Amino acid sequence: MSYLIDTKEGASYLVMGNEAIVRGALEAGVNVASGYPGTPSSEIIESFSKVAKERNLYVEWSVNEKVALEVAAAASFAQLRALCVMKQNGVNVASDFLLHLVGSGTRGGFVLVACDDPGALSSVNEGESRYFARLMEIPLLEPGTFQEAKEMTKWAFELSEELKQIVVVRSVTRLSHASGNITYGKLSDEARTAEFKFGGFVLDPDEGIVISAPVAWKHQQQQKKVEKAREIFEDSPFNTYEGPDRPELLLITSSACYLYSKEAINVLGVEDRVGLLKLGTTWPLPPKLMIKHLSQADKIMVVEEVLPFLEENVKILAAEKASEIGIKTFYGKNDGTIPMTGELNPDLVLAALSTVLGIDYTPVPEEYDQAAQTSAVSRAPAREQVFCPGCPHRASFFSIHNALEMDGRGGFVCGDIGCYTMAIGSTGFHSLKTLHSMGSGTGVASGFGKLGQFGMNQPILAVCGDSTFYHAVIPALVNAVHNKSDITLIVLDNSGTAMTGFQPHPGLDHNVLGEEVPSIDIARICEAIGARVEIRDPFDLEGTRETLNELIEDASGVKVLIMRKACALSPQRKNKKDYDVHVDQTLCVGEECGCGRLCTRIFGCPGLIWNEAQHKAEIDEVICVGCGVCTDICPQGAIKREEVA
Amino acid sequence: MTAKQLPKDPYNIIITGVGGQGNVMASRVFSNMLVEKGYYVTIGETFGSSQRGGSVMSHMRVSSLSAWSPQVPKGKVDIVVTLEPIEAIRVLAGYGNPAVKVLTNTRAIYPAGVIAGELSYPTLDEIRETLKKLSARAWFIDATDEAVKLGNSILGNIIMIGALSAVGDIPVGRDDFSAVISRTLPEGKIADNLKAFDLGVKMMKQ
Repeated sequence: MSYLIDTKEGASYLVMGNEAIVRGALEAGVNVASGYPGTPSSEIIESFSKVAKERNLYVEWSVNEKVALEVAAAASFAQLRALCVMKQNGVNVASDFLLHLVGSGTRGGFVLVACDDPGALSSVNEGESRYFARLMEIPLLEPGTFQEAKEMTKWAFELSEELKQIVVVRSVTRLSHASGNITYGKLSDEARTAEFKFGGFVLDPDEGIVISAPVAWKHQQQQKKVEKAREIFEDSPFNTYEGPDRPELLLITSSACYLYSKEAINVLGVEDRVGLLKLGTTWPLPPKLMIKHLSQADKIMVVEEVLPFLEENVKILAAEKASEIGIKTFYGKNDGTIPMTGELNPDLVLAALSTVLGIDYTPVPEEYDQAAQTSAVSRAPAREQVFCPGCPHRASFFSIHNALEMDGRGGFVCGDIGCYTMAIGSTGFHSLKTLHSMGSGTGVASGFGKLGQFGMNQPILAVCGDSTFYHAVIPALVNAVHNKSDITLIVLDNSGTAMTGFQPHPGLDHNVLGEEVPSIDIARICEAIGARVEIRDPFDLEGTRETLNELIEDASGVKVLIMRKACALSPQRKNKKDYDVHVDQTLCVGEECGCGRLCTRIFGCPGLIWNEAQHKAEIDEVICVGCGVCTDICPQGAIKREEVA
Repeated sequence: MTAKQLPKDPYNIIITGVGGQGNVMASRVFSNMLVEKGYYVTIGETFGSSQRGGSVMSHMRVSSLSAWSPQVPKGKVDIVVTLEPIEAIRVLAGYGNPAVKVLTNTRAIYPAGVIAGELSYPTLDEIRETLKKLSARAWFIDATDEAVKLGNSILGNIIMIGALSAVGDIPVGRDDFSAVISRTLPEGKIADNLKAFDLGVKMMKQ
């Protein structure tokens, strides 16, 4: 049994922030959970799926975030409690439905968990889901501790039911992926029955039809809900104050920044000078509470990550209430006290706080710091992220790179989101030249492919992963075929949503609950759309390269090459060697080869290393996973492989 | 909570290494051992590069009093446990101080730039000299080599956890380890993990 469904009230566990959110939802009696994988949010659906049977949950990985929100909404319309989860850019994808949903309102408690990634630790953007709460006029809750992540999620369902509106719980990487001790409450024992009522008066929120029209009236109802939330938030236990009655500086913060702020105050020992107002209900702000605290101090510092969302909202309120609270001096992002990009940490808050308070803070003796920095430069060579040993993407991009070189017309690849994003760098031979959102490589390629009438004659390639194909590539591919764009799409099919941890997608024969489901074949979809389709094993380097050159030269329209090989970390390949690989030291001629160290300088598998003393290549037995593909790149045939029985 | 007083509160541990070495697993296991003993633990880590050959770090904040932020402030680490030697140097540049202790696995994993010949990797003697200079106490353990002898290189992380417990700053040991893994690992893996843990303890006593 998972520790997430321990029925003992008061039990204490060390859990990830994401697990705390799950426990909170289970204590609230969640019935349905949906989402699309994306770091740092993925563990939430995975954790629900592990307890789905015991707790009678319906859990799914949806094809994309918009559909996920729609699926969860249906549960809410049928009076169940529903949770939908996604990373920050997923909220953009879901936002079209969200805009209509907030107009129609909801029934059963409905919580949208948005996990942002300030600093883009595992993203190619640092988008802000907080602004959606203001844009969509819906309540926003931001947990500042692990315990709060649980309590707040639980409460969000109640709030949602009270307001008949979706509620956003926003987490960040440093909370979702960090772990801390939490104390459990009671698991819900409520069993709800699903029924969608639509036979009542047309505008009845519980028994009418669910629609965002008549727009003016529904929008007014929606804004009344925001007002009600504002009142409820006045007394929320998630807004806390620590510090003196009349602090020299009032520090206002939310989310993980609360812990950094607390730490900074502690390190500087300024508990008697600084007041710490931690807000859990960050939109709409409760005015009475804010007036009370803003009146306490003349200097206000707002500590938050990325954009000045909280700062702007506090300033608007302070301007409106200036006659009551007086004139304030603000420190935050707009005056440069807090950086406007990237994530925060205790040190950045320490720097800001010590500047504002005029304290000279040096964390380590200068002499030590200098020695440590010098050593890091001279003795800790940078460690670039690379494709894993045995990764099919390295082989795929090796062939793509070689095919484009051979073609010689300046062809390039448009990319999107997945491990293969790393092909912007040397591990993918710098193949990707554009990189944007899910599926956008194909859409951008579709546009490039129509520029022939303006004299463009460069071959246009796009890559996408298998999960991405279903998520957002299909419409772009339809567009390319319909508009007769001349492109080659390469689907890097590694049998799962690999980057986020092998979540199943519609191409597989099982779902997140382990049930057998129909597998939807990428090749057949592409053929049905009208593309020419080829399938290759990327470890067949020469065959793949030849096919690619043939496809690139075929100017008849949209071509799709499916590179099919499971991820090296997939359950079916992990810890299973196909080959024992070694470098025959009598055949390796080292730098004399003339290949320019193709093996270790170009191909760059971490399992194939260069012995500086011998001036020859060798296999690192601890790292090599025995895929054997390097055998085919050595011009001397010095890399030998023997099939493992 | 009734946990024993620590030599410093919060006591800050950073476990570092390269994606794929079992960094996250090591921090989880050790933290759960601490929770068994009644401590508050906050672990801060990033998973994004955890499988892709990048540098990885887990920050563990241990306290008998309260929860702390998931990131150790600059200069405040008490012990660095490193599964890959040069990663310790990187961590010390951010979080080290003259009183820090360093526990190092000696097995190198070469960065792509080193394999390609663009960057150079220091010798083990240079690494030893650097880590000794930047710490109050440094231990060097051939954890991966011993793990290979046990039949699985990944057990290097458990050897390091055994060694960390033997440092003695934090009162946890074999019984706590055994309690945690019997709850979290499949039956078939318990014996090997215990063997690895014991080996780590033993290597520190030599």
